[in-house]
Amino acid sequence: MGLGPEEWQAVALSLRVAFWATALSLPLAVFVAYALARWHFAGKQLINGLVHLPLILPPVVTGYLLLLTFGTRGPVGSVLQDIGIVLAFRWTGAALAAAIMAFPLMVRAIRLSIEAVDPGLEQAAATLGASRAWVFATVTLPLILPGIIAGTVLAFAKAMGEFGATITFVSNIPGQTQTLPSAIYAFLQVPGGEAPALRLVIVSVAVAMSALVLSEVLARRVARGLAGA
Amino acid sequence: MTLAIQLRHRVGGFDLNVVFDAPPGVTVLFGRSGSGKTTVVNAVAGLIRPDSGHIRLLDRVLVDTARGIDVPTHRRRLGYVFQEGRLFPHLTVRQNLAYGRWFAGRARGGPDTDRVIEMLGLGGLLARRPQTLSGGEKQRVAIGRALLARPQLLLADEPLAALDEPRKAEILPYFERLRDAAEVPILYVSHSAAEVARLATTVVVLEAGRVARQGRAAEVLSDASVLPAGVRGAGAVLDARVRRHHADGLTELDAGGVALFLPGLTHGPGAALRVRIAAHEVILARGKPEGLSALNILPGRIVSIRQGSGPGAMIVIDTPAGRLLARVTRRSVQALELSEGVTCHAIVKSVGIAPEDVGAPGAV
Repeated sequence: MGLGPEEWQAVALSLRVAFWATALSLPLAVFVAYALARWHFAGKQLINGLVHLPLILPPVVTGYLLLLTFGTRGPVGSVLQDIGIVLAFRWTGAALAAAIMAFPLMVRAIRLSIEAVDPGLEQAAATLGASRAWVFATVTLPLILPGIIAGTVLAFAKAMGEFGATITFVSNIPGQTQTLPSAIYAFLQVPGGEAPALRLVIVSVAVAMSALVLSEVLARRVARGLAGA
Repeated sequence: MTLAIQLRHRVGGFDLNVVFDAPPGVTVLFGRSGSGKTTVVNAVAGLIRPDSGHIRLLDRVLVDTARGIDVPTHRRRLGYVFQEGRLFPHLTVRQNLAYGRWFAGRARGGPDTDRVIEMLGLGGLLARRPQTLSGGEKQRVAIGRALLARPQLLLADEPLAALDEPRKAEILPYFERLRDAAEVPILYVSHSAAEVARLATTVVVLEAGRVARQGRAAEVLSDASVLPAGVRGAGAVLDARVRRHHADGLTELDAGGVALFLPGLTHGPGAALRVRIAAHEVILARGKPEGLSALNILPGRIVSIRQGSGPGAMIVIDTPAGRLLARVTRRSVQALELSEGVTCHAIVKSVGIAPEDVGAPGAV
């Protein structure tokens, strides 16, 4: 089964979009998850709602809101354009859309694992001389690693498959913004496109399965480390 | 003073208002659960911020709400042994021990790692994870970890409460050794009269958020009125020295010139000991009793008698060996015509002194 150049392009672009969407949102997701799990502050419910909004809104709505905000004439997009960054109809925009759609899944998984960490351990670390940053790096972070792995894999898979928000925000330009799902959709719109569409479907399934297996292996290794075998 | 504390704190309906000083040695915060002991220790550790107050450790002010001083927990240079150990599950025993030592960094003094490992018998555990340790082993590692942070004060919040009796007996001697080595002052929370009797140099009795009594262990423990554990936990502490071991398995002690016989102890002749005699194990007689199976008969004079509404009375007796507490019925008090100043004899069965009530003496 050989992939044509256009199909390869779509696969490579999807991997790139999903990688950057996941990598760049991970630190923010850990921060937001920590804040939601451990801090009490005004507007906590509002933040919680905003984070989860992409999960409940129709993806097309999220994509359209992105277009309004980050389009070249939008309030944020016009500012970004002045400093030379354009997101609309570029692969970077696809990455932004994927990141926003995957964010709630990532935050949820990490937040659950943070809530499972006994704050008593963090207190114990503080009495032993560790500042807050050190407590986080040496106690909290290692203990929530399984949750971070799970959240990252989930977010990566979601980013690979994002369709509605992406196509609304950055359209479906081959080589530019045509990700795997957009390519499958495009092939299905033209006569004789079933064969390439099917090949891409198989690639999709393979990538998703590998991600799942990888996360299983990593999670098991971390769990073994925590259990002390 | 090692530690000077003055605190006011309200949580819910509970009002804590305490003032006390802790000299070197082991200061035991003694009281029922809910009397505010843990709140005090957590305020010293900086885990809670008191509404108002002042905490000074050696020459450092840790908390002074009036001046806005609140040293963060990690800069207070404390060791905290929690009831549940709280070892880091993702680290080995060796890494747990190294944790505080690493952050103590340049701080001087305190025992080195090898000595702590040897003293607490941790040599065989170093490569293991906390999940694979028994309760007693976990607490020993927790003590070691706290000590290696080179603390200026060791805090212990009911470190034995989660352990069964044999494990308690395993851990208690380590705290005695720490006290006697006098390397670090200890603030120790307990609601067990037996633990207090064995460990305390100073006792601070808390009742409903107030200091009911504070003073040297021997004085406070022989004051029946302040014992929060109730009459069941009451008992006096005597200092004694091993005189010799008898062929029939008894050990003869010398307590202020009076001979005390206990079931075989392992301590060598000359060893100094602390013996707790529970008040309910003491019998009183007006004349010197004869034809009695009990071996320990101490002459004394009654200092005070306390009676409540119940059928019992608590009697404090001065003997050459020290102050004793005796729990008798009010009927006996009347029948024997006991009153303050009356001479009598206190009788204690040898087997009435529990092995866990015999420990190393307190360095004061």
